[in-house]
Amino acid sequence: MTWEALILLLNSPNARWVLAGSLLLGAGCGLLGTFALLRRRSLMGDVLAHAALPGVALGFWVTGAKSVAPLLVGSLVTGLLGAAAVDGITRHSRIKEETAQALVLSVSYGMGVVLLTVLARTGLGGQSGLNRFLIGQAASLVRSDVLVIGGAALAVTLGVLLFFKELKLLAFDPEFGAGLGLPMALMDRLLMGLVVAAVAVGLQAVGVVLVAALLITPAAAARFWTERLERMAILSAAFGGLAGVAGALISLSRPQLPTGPLVVLVATGLLLISMAFGSSRGLVVQRVRQAGIRRRGLAGGTPVRWEGEAS
Amino acid sequence: MAAATGTVDLAVQTRGLAVAYRKEPVLEGIDLDLPRGTLVGLVGPNGAGKSTLLKALLGLVPLRSGWVRLLGQRGAEARRRVGYVPQRESVDWDFPATVLDVVLMGRYGRIGLFRRPSRHDREAAWQALEQVGMAPYAHRQISQLSGGQQQRVFLARALAQDAALYLMDEPLAGVDAATETAIITLLQELRAAGKTVLVVHHDLNTVEAFFDWLVLLHRRVVAAGPTAEVFTPKHLQAAYGGRLLSLPAPVGSEASAPSGVRL
Amino acid sequence: MTPHDLWILLTAVLVAASLGFVGCFLILRRLAMVGDAISHSVLLGIVVAFLLTGSTGLLPMVLGAGAAGLLSTWMVELLRRAGVQEDAATGISFTAFFGLGVVLLTLHAGDVHLDTQHVLFGDLVYVPFDILAWRGWELGPRAVWTVGGALLIAGLTTWLFFKEFKVIAFDPAFAAVVGLPVAWITWLQTGLVTLVTVAAFESVGAILAVAMLVAPGATAFLLTDRLESMLGLSVLVGVPAAVAGYGLASWFDLSIAGATATMAGLLFALALLLAPHQGLLARWRARRRTPA
Repeated sequence: MTWEALILLLNSPNARWVLAGSLLLGAGCGLLGTFALLRRRSLMGDVLAHAALPGVALGFWVTGAKSVAPLLVGSLVTGLLGAAAVDGITRHSRIKEETAQALVLSVSYGMGVVLLTVLARTGLGGQSGLNRFLIGQAASLVRSDVLVIGGAALAVTLGVLLFFKELKLLAFDPEFGAGLGLPMALMDRLLMGLVVAAVAVGLQAVGVVLVAALLITPAAAARFWTERLERMAILSAAFGGLAGVAGALISLSRPQLPTGPLVVLVATGLLLISMAFGSSRGLVVQRVRQAGIRRRGLAGGTPVRWEGEAS
Repeated sequence: MAAATGTVDLAVQTRGLAVAYRKEPVLEGIDLDLPRGTLVGLVGPNGAGKSTLLKALLGLVPLRSGWVRLLGQRGAEARRRVGYVPQRESVDWDFPATVLDVVLMGRYGRIGLFRRPSRHDREAAWQALEQVGMAPYAHRQISQLSGGQQQRVFLARALAQDAALYLMDEPLAGVDAATETAIITLLQELRAAGKTVLVVHHDLNTVEAFFDWLVLLHRRVVAAGPTAEVFTPKHLQAAYGGRLLSLPAPVGSEASAPSGVRL
Repeated sequence: MTPHDLWILLTAVLVAASLGFVGCFLILRRLAMVGDAISHSVLLGIVVAFLLTGSTGLLPMVLGAGAAGLLSTWMVELLRRAGVQEDAATGISFTAFFGLGVVLLTLHAGDVHLDTQHVLFGDLVYVPFDILAWRGWELGPRAVWTVGGALLIAGLTTWLFFKEFKVIAFDPAFAAVVGLPVAWITWLQTGLVTLVTVAAFESVGAILAVAMLVAPGATAFLLTDRLESMLGLSVLVGVPAAVAGYGLASWFDLSIAGATATMAGLLFALALLLAPHQGLLARWRARRRTPA
């Protein structure tokens, strides 16, 4: 893309709105993703995104509206139902969590697709509508949509900031938190609720299939740079925002390209760079550190032999 | 030190063995020489690396340095003659299998690819079940067993391996008194048959009664040798630190009368 | 019922059977979400294979998809070794692969017969029109041969390696101690998942593939305590789900894949409620009886 084209693009008010929305969305998801990652709930984002699809379809159906708000409400409702289903199945049967997740994910997706085909036949959704929900088309968002999305992303961000220290405890040592008398089970639900909200917002722009990456990838990238939670959260939000803006920008300049995959690819690029060069856990740093240990070990005079097969 | 001839009598021999998870060292500088035909207890505080040591001996975790010899041999060849009893919680007991299915798994290493268990394998499995008193439960689903029964099934699976050396991770944890007696009797029978048994154990009150050798572990080997020499207040203090103070330790004289130590 | 419908139904039944019993081992090894990840990653391989060879023939598709499936598994392993938690590593790698696949697909939208719609939902409706012919003989729809072949390979492999699959699913550490090639068998199982998924892909799409990998096996897991019967039951549950899904879809003119996934979910829900020992009702009753 040339500079002139970029400036031309930025002169369009709608493009500016879309970029602002993507920034808020990416940053909010990145921030929240820090906790989802540390609490080992990364894949729940993926599950809840798929669980939101029937809600999107129902929201569309009931209101017949093209605006985002009813879709958001619908996806919140079925997303929460999906979270409850995973929890209930795991707790009350011998089915393990991963299986329950994959089950809820694929079955609710199937139900969503059924509802969407009904919609497509009644002429409400149409093919473009389907694709928009599956892989995201930020360029098609209008100002009012962006206001809703941006507002919701801000709400998620505020939720995380408000409960920062409780979430920190939850991610780090829930048993200690419970010992302090803090309602850790409730905090776990809160985290899940925030993830549902983030995913419901995110899928409007990035699509159902890939919205989970907004939660996972920036946080995992940030982890390579620091051992401190606060820094990790800020960095993850920055990575998420950057990926959101860059993805939206490319998608705006080449309108046939869907937004979701582009955002994900930018985020993955950031992750790979972090994995190589991250200042705390990056591969280069680790290599250097290990070489140091080995040299010291030899200096100590201990015979070091590597049992190759024991890996 | 121990030349090639000396190691043949040893069931377990390690030198400079070290294991680390990420940057954290879990085991360091482990030098062990366990003679054959002994019943060895492996004790130490929580997080001392007892389970990790067993896994390192079996090649289930990568070694940072050092080497392992089991029954005078190295690597996969040696492991074929080792029976393993992992912690009961390490598997999902909802798995759709019967008691006999699980015990037969002890034979899988010998059966070879593409083959089904032979009549001989089935007989070995039944015999192992008899030995632990679980034969009446052979066709029971494993999720219907009590904790003690699950532990016996794991023991039977190791017996079916027909090994010369057994490594057991807390086989006595959370079992009822009857099972404990049965297991200990079985371990003593194994020793009488010339096998070596290394048992991770958590109950210091029974150590002297059960084991003739003892390894005290706390990231390093604090002490190893015949139980009477190792099970002294000094060594225990060194392994457990302040945590032992809650136990009624005998007064004064450190290593002078080790056999008199009663907890 | 026309021969047209029968071909579609036969394909759906074969898909349900092949995914169902391969999925059992995924469930027992707690790799269900990995199955989901593989089924998404495979898209990239299919697109690349098509762009390279220009054909939608089975061999390039399977090779491309297989390579992508194994590559994504390898990427998960790479990330894990670099210190990323396993679940996060799974999420990162499949979204990256899928994202790249979609971008390539849309960049070449003009000359690709595949489209995202097709890949995500599949299109059983078109199955009867793609006929495999050999020396002028019409051998029936290509999809039937593809999925049938995958089913045969998966079945034979499972039969040959049954005891290894079993012990590794139950206790992988023990399997390693007795000298079984755990890593090798795991790759073989990953390969099988990839194979049945790819074979199912063009007729039913990614979502239904995941649904049929997981739902029948999970249902069977609630109904039996024997691995052999679990495998058999997963097929017995998957097939009626496929038939009912197809019936529902053609009656109301819905997406066949979506309807089948829904029916599979419904069967699971029934088992969850009513299974003889594991069902919620039976458990509730047992609990009421115990204190009395």
